[in-house]
Amino acid sequence: MAKAKKQLTGAEILLKVLDEEKTNSVFGYPGGAVLPIYDALFQQKAIRHILVRQEGGAVHAAEGYARSTGEVGVVLVTSGPGATNAVTGLTDALMDSIPLVCLCGQVPTHLIGNDAFQEADTTGITRPCTKHNYLVKDVKDLARVVREAFYIARTGRPGPVVIDLPKDVLQMRTDYTAPKKQTSKAKSAKPDHQLRYRPKMRGDQDAIDRAVELLAKAKRPIFYSGGGVINSGPRASKLLRELVRKTGGPITSTLMGLGAVPSDHKQFLGMLGMHGTYEANLAMYNSDLVVAVGARFDDRVTGKIDEFCPDAKKIHIDIDPSSINKNVLVDEPVVGDCATVLGQMLKCWTAKKYRIDKKASDKWWRQIAKWRSRDCLAYDQTKDIIKPQYALERLQALTKNKDTYFSTEVGQHQMWAAQFLKFDQPNHWLTSGGLGTMGYGLPAAIGAQVAHPDALVIDVAGEASILMNIQELSTAAQYRLPVKIFILNNQYMGMVRQWQELLHGGRYSESYMSSLPDFVKMAEAFGGTGLIANKPSEVDGVIKEMINTDGFVIADIRVDQTENCFPMIPSGAPHYEMLLGPKDKAEKPISEEGMVLV
Amino acid sequence: MSATKSLADQGIERHTIAVLVDNESGVLARVIGLFSGRGYNIESLTVAEVDTEAMLSRITVVTSGTPQVIEQIKAQLNRLVPVHKVSDLTQDSPHVARELALIKVRGGGDKRVESLRIADVFRAGVVDSTARSFVFEITGSTEKIDAFIDLMEPLGLVDVSRTGIVAIARGEKPI
Repeated sequence: MAKAKKQLTGAEILLKVLDEEKTNSVFGYPGGAVLPIYDALFQQKAIRHILVRQEGGAVHAAEGYARSTGEVGVVLVTSGPGATNAVTGLTDALMDSIPLVCLCGQVPTHLIGNDAFQEADTTGITRPCTKHNYLVKDVKDLARVVREAFYIARTGRPGPVVIDLPKDVLQMRTDYTAPKKQTSKAKSAKPDHQLRYRPKMRGDQDAIDRAVELLAKAKRPIFYSGGGVINSGPRASKLLRELVRKTGGPITSTLMGLGAVPSDHKQFLGMLGMHGTYEANLAMYNSDLVVAVGARFDDRVTGKIDEFCPDAKKIHIDIDPSSINKNVLVDEPVVGDCATVLGQMLKCWTAKKYRIDKKASDKWWRQIAKWRSRDCLAYDQTKDIIKPQYALERLQALTKNKDTYFSTEVGQHQMWAAQFLKFDQPNHWLTSGGLGTMGYGLPAAIGAQVAHPDALVIDVAGEASILMNIQELSTAAQYRLPVKIFILNNQYMGMVRQWQELLHGGRYSESYMSSLPDFVKMAEAFGGTGLIANKPSEVDGVIKEMINTDGFVIADIRVDQTENCFPMIPSGAPHYEMLLGPKDKAEKPISEEGMVLV
Repeated sequence: MSATKSLADQGIERHTIAVLVDNESGVLARVIGLFSGRGYNIESLTVAEVDTEAMLSRITVVTSGTPQVIEQIKAQLNRLVPVHKVSDLTQDSPHVARELALIKVRGGGDKRVESLRIADVFRAGVVDSTARSFVFEITGSTEKIDAFIDLMEPLGLVDVSRTGIVAIARGEKPI
């Protein structure tokens, strides 16, 4: 007779499957419903638990971990408030396509629906803010569900998956069977479940042939790449660089796509969109072919949709068919994984012996050079007041040759960071693009630092955003995570103030940050180091000290309170109507239609 | 050269879409939540299990929107993990669409006789009757049922229960 297998509890099985999925760090916060999982965690060594100070921080930390590694980030929270606190982060991950598995405790199955203590309808609440979610009612389903969740989170267009785990399911015992050993490469092998979810990876060859022909015939092409290139993995970035080089056109990037092509690449025009560069937006407007790669024609990118790239044919490469023709009708959609499709396009370009149309290309680049010479990111640095742009330029210069990851919060500082920091590889830029979540940057930096203990991780922050998840300093202290928080402190919610100045007659309603804490003392109170720079001459010293100090640092950079972020395409305006500086704004009143938009 | 068109430039169309889904808890909420969350219309929606062994349910939804919105609805439905198949019956193939309604009419005398006579014309059956009421069962297109209800209105209509559209493609091919 075969020896009876030792039965495991749901909590033990959960940890077994996390280990199968190569999870080494979990970001979480305990509570009544998840105590069985914490008990099991206590008795093992394979998985490290990072205790955050609020569940929202756990999700952003897992996002930072996922974005900086390309792996699935794992979150563990309790029922009720634990789960509802996670909702913002889940929505953030859904908008920016970040792979997460969020394990939520739940009241025992017999109490579900009874308004029990710390009960919330987690699957109901998270249905619209996850890629998929599960409620596990039988411990026999648990291992399969967790494997499926990881598969769904990382496959196709990545996203967050919630698993709701009633406490009794975590305590019940059943057999655990390890998955069959996969002989071929894990990614190409069939997953160990019955799911029909199989996103299309290869692009349709006819569509690719037509797209490459359009590219070969275009006189004024432009590549417009987005976060999908980063999500597709480093190979996609490599192939994109190769295709851009071979076809000779300019490339611009969305906020989420920065790093796919090096910022100092001579064909790179910088970010496009609302706070994009003059050259990127005008090249889009005047192009005759737009090649969108893993980007979704977001309203921050397109501006006025009726006047978006009016003369251009549009090729759209995306793994998610619902991204195609959602905001902008395109001429040649290619559904597939960015890396796979870019590889197919390169192959086609070579096989058909296409060449760059030298004459047209030269003419196009001469035009672009004129736009570039406008130097749209110029600013005036005076002797007494630190300009935020100057602080970031110095930060860039002094971190250049280090392995640096930048995260940001949301607002003016985020846009300046996107404009002035330089990225030469993917996965080193962590920012909340779609949802625009203030308070993202510090926990995301913590997650990235957990994944890359020896790297330099810097959260470029504003003094308003940083206060939204400031409690996570305590997490940084507990795990000795030497994150650097670089606050561009203008004592205003800068972007709100900027819009109030430009759109609401300078009535600065509730945007002044009164009663700010002393950030130096705050850093010290949490066990770190605080630094302050008041004058331009102090900036370099503070940055160097920040980098060289062990442990976490808050650098409070007191910047010009009235500086605005330019260029700016006002809401509802087309690409050619950019405000390039303070003198511009009076001439171009903002339309009523634009006022309604956010 | 392609101009970027805005949605307002396009006409509104009505489409009947069949969706084959895993029959699991929450799947209907996913579909309905998608429609409400993204501001799509639901004109009618029916759902029932169609394959007990494979645990599959079929949802028939009638919706309206511009061609671009209809394409979005199909793409968004396809993105849901428990969705197996989405078929746009209006676009893909000729199809048969039917609705069933139970209609209660109360009254006596001539009106009672008249309601029976009209029911006969519409091939509606009587499934319940008392001395002062009938419940008619009628199947057919939405328009036919609308017409029947209009005729019953002056004859003592008191209650209507309708299933909404169920539809299937003509010909031998399954969904």
